[in-house]
Amino acid sequence: MKTTLNRRFFLKVGAAVGGGVLFSLDLPEVLAQGRGGAPAPPIDAHNFIKVGSDGIVTIMAKNPETGQGVRNMLPMLIAEELDVDWKNVRLEQALLDDTKYTAQSSGGSTATPTAWIPMRQAGAAGRAMFVAAAAQQWGVPASELTTASGVVSHKGSNRSIGYGELASKVAGMKSPDVSTLKLKDPSEYKIIGHPHVAYDVKAITTGKPMFGVDVTVPGMLYAVFEKCGVFGGKVASSNIEDIKKLPGIKQAFVIERPDIPADQVIPGDPGLESGIAILGETWWHAQSARKQLKVVWNEGPRATDSSTVHAQKVQEMIAKGPQRTIRADGDADAALKSAAKVVEATYSYPHISHATLEPQNCTAHFKDGKLELWTNSQQPLRGRQMAADLLGISQKDVKVHMVRAGGGFGRRLNNDYIVEAAYIAKQAGVPVKLIWSREDDMAHDYYRPGGWQHLKAGVDASGNVVGWKNHFMSFGIGEQFTASAGMGPTEFPQPFIKNYSLQASVQPLGVRTGALRAPSSNAFAFVIQSFIDELAHAAGKDPVEFRLALLSNGNVAPAGNPMQASFDAERMKGVVKAVAERSGWGKTTLPKGQALGIGMHFSHRGYYAEVAQVSVDAAKKVKVHKVWVVGDVGSQIINPSGAENLTQGAVIDGLSEMMSQKITIEKGKVVQTNYHQHGMVRLAQCPPEIDVHYLKTSFSPTGIGEPALPPLLPAVANAIFSASGKRVRSLPLMDSGYSWA
Amino acid sequence: MAFKLNVNGHTSTVDVPGDMPLLWVLRDVLDLKGAKYGCGIGQCAACTVHLNGKPAKACLTPVSAVGTQAVTTIEGLSADGTHPVQVAWQDIDVPQCGYCQAGQIMSAVALLAKTPKPTDKDIDSAMNGNLCRCGTYVRIRKAIHKAAELTTNASAKTVQVAGKE
Repeated sequence: MKTTLNRRFFLKVGAAVGGGVLFSLDLPEVLAQGRGGAPAPPIDAHNFIKVGSDGIVTIMAKNPETGQGVRNMLPMLIAEELDVDWKNVRLEQALLDDTKYTAQSSGGSTATPTAWIPMRQAGAAGRAMFVAAAAQQWGVPASELTTASGVVSHKGSNRSIGYGELASKVAGMKSPDVSTLKLKDPSEYKIIGHPHVAYDVKAITTGKPMFGVDVTVPGMLYAVFEKCGVFGGKVASSNIEDIKKLPGIKQAFVIERPDIPADQVIPGDPGLESGIAILGETWWHAQSARKQLKVVWNEGPRATDSSTVHAQKVQEMIAKGPQRTIRADGDADAALKSAAKVVEATYSYPHISHATLEPQNCTAHFKDGKLELWTNSQQPLRGRQMAADLLGISQKDVKVHMVRAGGGFGRRLNNDYIVEAAYIAKQAGVPVKLIWSREDDMAHDYYRPGGWQHLKAGVDASGNVVGWKNHFMSFGIGEQFTASAGMGPTEFPQPFIKNYSLQASVQPLGVRTGALRAPSSNAFAFVIQSFIDELAHAAGKDPVEFRLALLSNGNVAPAGNPMQASFDAERMKGVVKAVAERSGWGKTTLPKGQALGIGMHFSHRGYYAEVAQVSVDAAKKVKVHKVWVVGDVGSQIINPSGAENLTQGAVIDGLSEMMSQKITIEKGKVVQTNYHQHGMVRLAQCPPEIDVHYLKTSFSPTGIGEPALPPLLPAVANAIFSASGKRVRSLPLMDSGYSWA
Repeated sequence: MAFKLNVNGHTSTVDVPGDMPLLWVLRDVLDLKGAKYGCGIGQCAACTVHLNGKPAKACLTPVSAVGTQAVTTIEGLSADGTHPVQVAWQDIDVPQCGYCQAGQIMSAVALLAKTPKPTDKDIDSAMNGNLCRCGTYVRIRKAIHKAAELTTNASAKTVQVAGKE
C-alpha cells in the first residue's frame, strides 16, 4: 500500500510553523498562554485539587515531567497555599486540557516563573473554600478561622474540622476570584523551600511502567519507521512485499510526503517525513524485519551536505568578511587601533545530539474519527495541533495523555514522533506503539547547531575592554538562521562594551536543528567566557577581578518583569563574588598540576557563575576534581533537593558536551550512530564533589533547568589553560587529543 | 520456539524467536517494563538484569542463551521497594528522569553482593557501564554507600536478634 498525503495538509502544517519555531524558547509569553494567542483560562481550584472524605488530597500535576522535577514542584506550590501536609498529597497527571490549565509545556526553564503565582493562587483558592465551608457550617465569620495541615480551626469556640469532612460542601462551591486572595508570607512556608523527595521515586526504583515506551494499549501493534538518512529523502523502491511475509509482521506501508525545497531553511518542526512503517507483534519482530528491508532512496538535494565542506566554507567566510551586520555600537575598528593590546581568535563548537536515554516514541489510537495519544512531548499542545492538522480532524477530537519522559533536554519540544505514530495508527486501523531505535534517534534529531566565532577585542593600558568585534558564523539562508542557530544583538558582553560590533555569515544546512538545554547559551558561554579569559590574561588581570570590572562598565536596568530577560549586572556580580569566595579563588594553594577556572553566564533569567578545579597531564588526560556552582534565580528555591540534583546534572551534562559530543554530516547523513560515537560522562569521570549554592535575592523566582549548564564549559576550559598553558578554542576536547583521566 | 524461563522466581514459557534479546521478551512478552532499552549495543546498561545474581545486559542476551539461569529484574528485587538499595535510592532522592535507574540499581545490588563495603573506587569501576543522561552520579555514589550501611546495619540487627534467642 502506498500512501500519499494531500499537499493541502503539508501547507497547513508549514504555514503553522512558518520559518522557525512558533513556540520559541525565547517567547515565554507564548508558553505562558493556554494556547498560541488565546488567553490563559482563569484559575479554578477545582481543576487542580480534589479532597476525599478521608482527607487525602489529590493534586493535578499539569506539566510534562522529563526529569526536571516539575511534577513535584508545581503541586508543592498548590499544597503550600492549600495548607495541607505533603504526606497526605497524592499526585495525578493531568490530561492535556488548555481549557483548564495554563501552559502545559516543559521548555525554556519557564515552569517556575510562569507558575509561581498561579499555582499558589490555585492552592489559596482551595483553602478559601474550605474556610468558607467551615464558616458556613459553624455560623462564624471566615476571618476568625485558621488552617493548618488540612484542618480548619475556630479558636473562639475551640472547634476544628478536617478538609475531608468539608469536601462534599466545597465540591459545590465556586472557586473564588484569585485577585481577592492573600498569599502566605515566605516565613510561613512549610513545604516550599524544604527538600521533597520526588513523588515517583518509589515507582521508579521498583520498575513500574511509567515512561512513554512502557505504555500498553490492548490490541496494539509495535511500529518502527524507517526514514532516509538524508532529510527529505523518499522511497524510490523497496522489498516491502517480502517484509510483509516475515514472521510476526502484521503490516508494512510506504508513506510519501511533499518536499521542503532545498532553498528554504528547514522549519523548526517540519512534521511527518517520508519512509516505510513496519508493524509487528513485538518491537523486536518489527525491528528484525526492518534489518532485512532494502530501500532505494531518492535522497534529494540535501545529499551533498558535508561537515568537511562547512568547515572549509568558514575559512572562506573569515577571509571574505561578514555577510551582514547585526549590531554596531560606537566604532570598534577605531577602538581596536588605539588599544594597548589586541587579542584575536577563532572559536568553534560542533552540532550535538540530545541523546535522551529513552528514545523517541509515541502510542496512538485512531478510531471513529478520534485520536488518542500517549506522549512524553515537551510541547504536547503543539503536537496535538500538528497531529489534528495532519489527520484532518479537530483538536477537540484528540485526547492526549502525558506520560513521563526519559529525559527531554529540548528534544521533545519537537513532535515528529507524534505525527508519525498518529499517521501510522490511522493507516493501520489499530492502536500503535511507535518506538525509535537508538540509531533512529541519533540520525533524526534536531541537533544543537554548531558554529564558529571569529573574535577580536582590545584592552587599554589599564586593562579595560575598549572594543569588541565578533564575526559570528552559523547556518541559515539569507537573513534567516536555522532553528536555534542565531545570535541576538544583546548577547553578552554587548551591554558592557561601548565599541561593539556583531556581524554574521551563514551557509545552508541539510539537517534539522533545534533547542538543546540552554540553547545557544550552551555554546556561546564557552566562546565568550573563554575569550574574556584570554583578554584578562592579556591585560595581566585576575580573571575574577577582570569580570567584575567588566560588569561595572555597563548600565543595564534590572529586569522588572521576571519573564523578561534583561541583564542585571549586580546580580551577576553577586554570583561571581560568591563562587570566588566558596572556591577559595586566589587564596587556596592547590596541588601541583591543578588549577581553577571560572565562567559566568546569564540565560533563561538565571545568573550563574562556576569554578572548576582541574588537572591536565602531559598526555592531555583531564580530571575535574571539584566544581562550585553559585546561582541566583531569585527569592526562593522551591524544592532544594530537586534543585541540587538538577544543578549537579547540568554540570555533568556540560562535561559530556565538552569532551566527547559531536555530530558530523557527510553525504547529507549523520555519521554517528550510537552512544559509542557520541559519548557521555560516566560515573568514574564525575567530579567527587559538585558544590551547589543558591543566593537568595529579592527577585521573583525563576527556573534552573537550563541556566546552570553554560558556565561549566568555560570554567573547565579556563582551568585547563591555567593548569597547562594551552588554550582550548574548539569543542569537543577529544578532537584536540584530550581525554578523561 | 518455546523457551522456559525462570524470572523473579516464577517459571514462564515463551514462544519467541531464539535470537530475541531477553530485554524484549521481558518487556513485550512478559510485560515486565522495568528493564529499559537505551542503545541496544551494551553501551548504556539501562537494560541490566541479573543472571544467577550476576549483572547482564538484557539487550545483548539472546533468549536462547538464558537456559536455566535465574533471571532477576528490578521488579524481583523486593515486593514493595524495600530492598536496601531501593530504600537508599529513595532516601537520597537519586533519580531525575529515572529512565536509567533500574539498570543502575541492578548494577549496585550486584556490586554490594560481592563487595559489601565498597570504596569510591570500587563504585566507579562497578558502575562505569551504566550511563545516566541526567547526570545523577554524585547521588548514585552516595546512595550506594548508604545502601552498604543499611545492609550492614540490617545484618547486625539480625545477628543481635539471633544472639538474644
